[in-house]
Amino acid sequence: MLGEGILKGLAETARNFAGSFVSAERLTTVEYPEHRIAPIENTRDFPFLVYDGDDWEKGLRCVACQICEKECPPKCIYIEKSTDKKPDYVGKPQIYPARFDIDISVCMSCQICVEVCPFEAIKMDTEFELATTDRFGGLLHDRKQLAKSNEHYHKIHPTEAAEVDARLAEEKAKVEAKAKAAAEAAAAKAAAAAAKPAATPAAPAAKPAAPAAKQDEGEPKP
Amino acid sequence: MIEKLDQIFVLLTGWLVGFLPGFLQPLAGVVIAVAAILVTFPALFAICVLLERKGLGRMQNRIGPNRVGPFGIFQPVADGLKSLTKEDIVPLKADAVVHFLAPVFLVVVVFMGYAVLPVGRHMTLVNMDAGLLFYFAMGASTELSVFMAGWASRNKYSLLGAMRAVAQMISYEVPLLMSSVAVVMITGSLSLNKIVEAQNVYTWGLPHWYIFTPWGFAGFVMFAIAATAETNRSPFDLPEGESELVAGYFTEYSGFKFAEFFLGEYVGMLSISGLGTTLFLGGWSAPLEVLGFVPSWCWFFAKIMMSMCVFIWLRGTLPRLRQDQLMNFAWKFVLPFTLLNLFVAATWRFMGDGWLRWVVCSAVLVIAYVVVGRAGMSREHFGPRSYRYAE
Repeated sequence: MLGEGILKGLAETARNFAGSFVSAERLTTVEYPEHRIAPIENTRDFPFLVYDGDDWEKGLRCVACQICEKECPPKCIYIEKSTDKKPDYVGKPQIYPARFDIDISVCMSCQICVEVCPFEAIKMDTEFELATTDRFGGLLHDRKQLAKSNEHYHKIHPTEAAEVDARLAEEKAKVEAKAKAAAEAAAAKAAAAAAKPAATPAAPAAKPAAPAAKQDEGEPKP
Repeated sequence: MIEKLDQIFVLLTGWLVGFLPGFLQPLAGVVIAVAAILVTFPALFAICVLLERKGLGRMQNRIGPNRVGPFGIFQPVADGLKSLTKEDIVPLKADAVVHFLAPVFLVVVVFMGYAVLPVGRHMTLVNMDAGLLFYFAMGASTELSVFMAGWASRNKYSLLGAMRAVAQMISYEVPLLMSSVAVVMITGSLSLNKIVEAQNVYTWGLPHWYIFTPWGFAGFVMFAIAATAETNRSPFDLPEGESELVAGYFTEYSGFKFAEFFLGEYVGMLSISGLGTTLFLGGWSAPLEVLGFVPSWCWFFAKIMMSMCVFIWLRGTLPRLRQDQLMNFAWKFVLPFTLLNLFVAATWRFMGDGWLRWVVCSAVLVIAYVVVGRAGMSREHFGPRSYRYAE
C-alpha cells in the first residue's frame, strides 16, 4: 500500500522522540564539557616529547638529531641543537635540543616524526583542547609545552608505551653488559700488566685468562 | 465573561482606538492589527525554531540545544543576535538591488497572506469576499522572490536552487489550489470567514469540520503534501539541498538577509498551516461543542502549532526526494487525485444527506488511492534510475 513506509518511519521517529526522554541509554551523545567519552587507545592528534624521571629538561630523550625535522611533510618542526652535552638515559653524553618548536596549526598529525625517531623521543598525544585566542604564538608549542612524562605516555597509550619501555630496557641492558665486559677486560689487563713485572713464573698461568676475557668482550657486539 | 475573553483582542483594539479622534479610528485599528500580526507570528517563529531544534534532536536520540538559558529556551534569541551581528556580504558581480529586494519581498508577501486569515471569531484583518484567491495570489508571489534571490546572486548553486524551487512550487501550486477548490465548491464561498462559519456547526457535540468527510480527508492529505512542497520543507527541500547545492537559492545571503529568508520560510509555514486549518480543520472552532468556552483564538493557535509539529515530525523522518521523483509525485499522483477529489466533492454535494453518500464517496476514493498508488507509483517509475548512456 502506498504510504505504508512513511507511516512506519513516522512511528520509528515517534518512538525515538518518546524513548529519548525515558531511557538514557538511547542517547547517542554526551554533554561534552561535563561528560566525556574516554578516547580509544589509538587516538592521536599532535606529537609531544617524552621525558624520563621528574625533571623534564634533564630527562628529555630527544638528542636533536633533526631526523623528524627533515622528514616532517608540512615542515612544522623547528629544532636548534645545543652547544653543550647532557647525559642520556644510559649515561652517555649527548647533544640536546636547545629549541624544539612544533606549530600545531601546520601539523597534520601524520605521525611520520614518530615513525622515524630512533630514540623513542617523540610520540603522539591525545590532548585536543588546544584552542587559543592567539592564533600565531598560541599554536606554536615550545619544548616545555611539548615535554610530557613517560607516565603520561603510559596513561594514554599503555600497550605502545610498554613495548617502548621494554625495548629501551633491553638496549640499556646491552650497553651496561658491554660496559661491564669492557671494565672486566680492562681490569684483567691491568691485573696482567701488574702481574708481569712482579712475578714472571706466574705469567703462564695468567696468559690464558686474557684471551678468554677478550672473547667475552667480543660476544655482545653484533 | 467568556464572551469577553473570546473577544479580548477586539475589545482591546476598540478601547485603544477610542482615545483617537473619529476620523483616525479606522486607520489606527488597522495599524494595531497589523502590528499585532507582525509581533505574534515572528514570536511563534522563534518558538517553532526552538521546537524544531529540540524535537529533531529527540527524534535522532540527541538532547538538542540546552545551553542558552534554562533548557535552552533562549536559543532563538542567541540565533537572532548572531545573525544580526554577522557581516552582510553582497557578491561583487551580484545585482545588488534585486539581491537586496528578494528577502524583503519574501517577508512582505508572506505577511500579506495573514491579512485574510481568520485568527479568531471577528478577528480577520480584511474580511475579503475573495479571501482565498487573495491568499493564493500572495502565496504564489513567494516564487518570484525565490527566483529573484537565485538570479541576482550570480552563483550557479543559487540559480540551480532557484530553478528547482520554481519548478517545484509551480508543480505543487496546482494540487494546492485544486484541493482547496473542493472546499470552495461545498461552502459556495471564497471568503475564509464563511468557510470557518460553515464548519462551526455541531451534531451530537461533534464538529462539522471538512476533514471528517471523505473528500475533505483526501483533500486535506493532498493539501498537506502540496503545502509541504510549497514551503520547501523536507522531504521536498530540494531547492536548498545542502548536500548538493550548498544552501540553494540563499547561498549568497548572510547576516540579517539570511535571517529574513529563514523568517520568511517559517512564517510561510505558519501561514499555510493557518490556511489548512481554516479550510479543513474548522479554523478557530472548538473540536467539541462542550469546549466552546475556550477562546476561539486559542484553538486557532493550538491547531497551527500542531501542524508545525507535524511538519517537524515529517522533517525528522523522511529523506529528501530526487527531482524526478518529486515531479512524478506531483503530476502523476497528487494532481490526478485532487481532480478526482473535485468530482467526489461534487457527488457529495448533490447526493444530499444520508449514509449512501458516505459509502459512495469513501469507496471511490479508496479504490482510486489503491489503483493510482499501484499504477502511477509502481517500481517502473519510482525504482532505481537506469542510465542509458553511462553503462
